[in-house]
Amino acid sequence: MSTHLCKRIIPCLDVRDGRLTKGIKFENNIDIGDPVETAKRYYEEGADEIVFYDITASHENRGIFLDVVEKVAQNIFIPFSVGGGINTVEQMRAVLLAGAEKVSVNSAAVKNPHIISEGADAFGSQAIVVGMDVKQVDKTQIIPSGYEVVIHGGRTFCGIDALAWAKRCQELGAGELCINSIDADGTKEGYELNLTKLICEAVSIPVIASGGAGKPQDLVDAVTIGKASAALIASIVHYGEYSISDLKEAMRNKHVPVRI
Amino acid sequence: MIAILDYKAGNQTSVLRALNSLNIEAQITEDDDTLLKADGVIFPGVGAAAQAMNRLISTGQDKLLSRIVENKIPLLGICLGCQILLEHSDESDTKTLGILPGICRKFPETWKEDVLDEKGNVLTQENIRIPHMGWNSIEIHKDSPILNNIKTGDTVYFVHSFYPEPKNPEEMCIASATYGEKFCSIFGRDGLWAIQFHPEKSGEIGLQILKNFNDYCMKK
Repeated sequence: MSTHLCKRIIPCLDVRDGRLTKGIKFENNIDIGDPVETAKRYYEEGADEIVFYDITASHENRGIFLDVVEKVAQNIFIPFSVGGGINTVEQMRAVLLAGAEKVSVNSAAVKNPHIISEGADAFGSQAIVVGMDVKQVDKTQIIPSGYEVVIHGGRTFCGIDALAWAKRCQELGAGELCINSIDADGTKEGYELNLTKLICEAVSIPVIASGGAGKPQDLVDAVTIGKASAALIASIVHYGEYSISDLKEAMRNKHVPVRI
Repeated sequence: MIAILDYKAGNQTSVLRALNSLNIEAQITEDDDTLLKADGVIFPGVGAAAQAMNRLISTGQDKLLSRIVENKIPLLGICLGCQILLEHSDESDTKTLGILPGICRKFPETWKEDVLDEKGNVLTQENIRIPHMGWNSIEIHKDSPILNNIKTGDTVYFVHSFYPEPKNPEEMCIASATYGEKFCSIFGRDGLWAIQFHPEKSGEIGLQILKNFNDYCMKK
């Protein structure tokens, strides 16, 4: 019997106006189905957790998203987190009350880092995930790691070093980090392993690798070479190329502890 | 009817939804009479021990929980609800309910997990990451009605930075889990169980445990 904490596989569902969508590098979003039905299918296939990102453009449609969260909570009995457009403790409370275990903050935390500590004080660190979008840049005095935090889907550079930001998020009370490489996102050429490893070695909280999964070995690499606790996936499962059980089987064959 | 003690714990609605999916009659309530007449009570919990204790003491629910146990109503504590059934928590040095003997400790960052290569050989060891977050297997030490149809090696969902250390583990510890080192993941006795992980979020295995609790309550 494995006596290891299992490495998690986490499908990520982008939800726009109540529908599931997937774009490449945050562009060309297309409708790929119903989020509740898809979440149920992934739950039954053995997903360890699910992430929902609300990419709804308008505030008016925010209610539709909360309905989705509530329906998901009635149908799946594994943890799930919710991100996208969360800027205040009150918005965090709304999604947690609707049934999510965790909330993910991204650009809101860059603009106001104290949202992390306020959230951790109100709901516990375990409920606060900080998501960060990262792009590789030239190493400079301001960005010594060569990885810069970006927002707006990669269009705005923040002048913040990703490594320093990861440590800061941990200090502020984040319970987990989700590191998304904008360079790798949607390419299906594998996770950005240098970045993942760099962050994992610098913090003591769990780290989710995100962006770039195209084949089972990419997930193995993310949690071995990259040292991540979990791997976020999207297109690799959304279009039926692989099932979650295929991915887990492949990981188990490489002696990665997974829940089967 | 299963009553879920309402003290605004983060996971109380998730527990209710899980019971609903099993067609188990349940309600979230802070009403003393309803709780004392229930077939069984679930004591949920997420978050910080000190805040939870303050809330329980200010509402008198600390004494109510003792009465529930004295009246031999089956009680199931989950996560923080499991931890604060013990006497003391290292989390903010908090005196807790003392319904079960023992204390709750912080995971030492010096505990280590093996890192394996792709052939399964141990490459190195690394300090555990805290919180202990994710799916881990349980090892069963004692037969218990709460574990009907559950076996050693089944995986369940944990999320916590503190772990329970009941007194007399030979007598009290029903199942353990290993995160760097072994700790007790289910403890107590028939009709008074404390579970460190989240059965309401542990898929089919977790639902089976909740069903076991309900079955026990209905047989009594």
